[in-house]
Amino acid sequence: MAALVTLRNVTKSYTRGKQKVEVLHGVDLQIAAGEFLALMGPSGSGKTTTLNLIAGLDQPTSGEVEVGTDRIDRLSRSALADWRARNIGFIFQFYNLLPVLTAEANVEVPLLLTHLSKAQRRQRVQTALQLVGLADRAKHKPNELSGGQQQRVAIARAIVADPTLLVCDEPTGDLDRQSAEEIMELLKALNRTQGKTIVMVTHDPRAAEYASRELHLDKGRLAGDEVRHVA
Amino acid sequence: MKYFPLVWAGLWRKKARTILTMLSIVVAFLLFGLLQGINQGFNKAVQNLNVNRLYASAKTSLTDGLPIAYMNRIKTVPGVKEVSFWTYFGGYFQNARHPLPVFSTDVAALFKIYPEIKIKPEYITAMQQTRTGALVSDALMRKYGWKIGDRIPVGTSIWTSKDGSNTWYFDLVGTFDASTFAGGFPSFYFNQSYFDENTSFGRGRVHYYIVSIADPTKATQIASAIDALFANSTDETRTLTESALAQSQLKQMGDLNFIANAIVGAVLFTLLFLTANTMMQSIRERTGELAVLKTLGFKDGKLLILVLVEALLLCVFAAALGLFLASLVFPALRPIFGDFKMPMIVVFMGAGMALLLALISGLPPAWRAKQLNIVDALAGR
Repeated sequence: MAALVTLRNVTKSYTRGKQKVEVLHGVDLQIAAGEFLALMGPSGSGKTTTLNLIAGLDQPTSGEVEVGTDRIDRLSRSALADWRARNIGFIFQFYNLLPVLTAEANVEVPLLLTHLSKAQRRQRVQTALQLVGLADRAKHKPNELSGGQQQRVAIARAIVADPTLLVCDEPTGDLDRQSAEEIMELLKALNRTQGKTIVMVTHDPRAAEYASRELHLDKGRLAGDEVRHVA
Repeated sequence: MKYFPLVWAGLWRKKARTILTMLSIVVAFLLFGLLQGINQGFNKAVQNLNVNRLYASAKTSLTDGLPIAYMNRIKTVPGVKEVSFWTYFGGYFQNARHPLPVFSTDVAALFKIYPEIKIKPEYITAMQQTRTGALVSDALMRKYGWKIGDRIPVGTSIWTSKDGSNTWYFDLVGTFDASTFAGGFPSFYFNQSYFDENTSFGRGRVHYYIVSIADPTKATQIASAIDALFANSTDETRTLTESALAQSQLKQMGDLNFIANAIVGAVLFTLLFLTANTMMQSIRERTGELAVLKTLGFKDGKLLILVLVEALLLCVFAAALGLFLASLVFPALRPIFGDFKMPMIVVFMGAGMALLLALISGLPPAWRAKQLNIVDALAGR
């Protein structure tokens, strides 16, 4: 299958105070379209940094990051914002919903950046909420929902603009076991039925089992790559 | 417009804080509207004053008065058309909490000098025929529910009558419409002859001579000629135009303009810090949320504008409410200041101040939101 994401000799370093911290050391990586990839590794191994580079939230110090046909390491801050809005759906560990907005208003936020009419936006929001099984909670605010439900709203927000790639940073990290399983089933379904390519950072081996490929990072280098067939 | 719910929700994230900040802005702009409104109203009234009238009073002090005999001598000055006078009586109705603007005068001459005050000729005739008569502006008539024929007791703490009484009685013989004069200043006139006859002191003297002139371009020369007429006498005069007199009286009350500007300036300056602090705090609390918006594709400039619009909503809505409340207070001040309305210039000034307040207080947090680094903000750094 064709590669959707390609990282070529990517390095990333940060300056913290007077110290320069090397986070990634020449990472080469390809992720195929339709793949469900779990990025694993100990804290500080560079998982989230890799995810941020793939999602266009950060720029590499050197090397190339290509997503689809776009060399996103060359894009300006403003162009990168446009690119994220068109191509990426984000799912965070702590859901990161806007607490003052209802579930449907939260889901609508990425669509505000499109040229869709109000009616079209409403239609898409309803569809996304139905897909995550929360159509009846559209008017609820995040603090009126359980953790699992909030994560479902976040997933609806991530898919509402129909992005190519879903990036998930510890999507089950704040959930109990049952909710975590429900969320992972939902992500798997999105991968299988909607064809969404998913890149997920996780510490949880049970969550990683849902992925079709497991990639291990250690001290900024790829340490293992396992492709498996998931039932 | 599609971003409005996002801005509105951000504004009301902490309801109590937003309401308290709004209340501060409402009160500040209420104060601004009142002080600037009164200030502008006075200025307008002064500008609208007649340029054909001069006022002569004692050079030493207004309260010293001038001899009544000066009237005929002032009439001899070239360019003088008509002369009348006022003696300030003051007084009150029922008790000192209801002060009255009472003046003794020669009404026939007075109303010739003030053609903008509308009065029926029969009232002037009635006044001349009634020694204890009084002419009262319609505003005062309405205020106290008086009608022609009423006998009005007026208390005084200055002008004790010959029999030692502090109450003078006047027969109301007519009314007049002074709404086009000096902002409709309410007034109560009675005969100078009754004053001279009944007062225990101060007989034969008046506080002001009012002089109408034919050519306003010669006002300064005529005023100088009047003053020269009585130079080196025991009762020297100081003659001013109507607007100069009004400004001089306002100066005696204090430099209203300076006071109004100083108070409003201090309040708005304090408000600037308060609003900026509120906005800054609000943005700091929402660092994570703003980072999420950026993650989803909101550009730096868009976030800057959203935060600025939030500051604008807060300031402009509250300022508009404050100015609206101020405009409602103006009718209640009519008994004190006359027929004042909030001038439109004050509304425009208020809108400008609100915009400025929003921009200055909103720009630092908006800039902070614009500069936010997504990775650091999401990591809580």
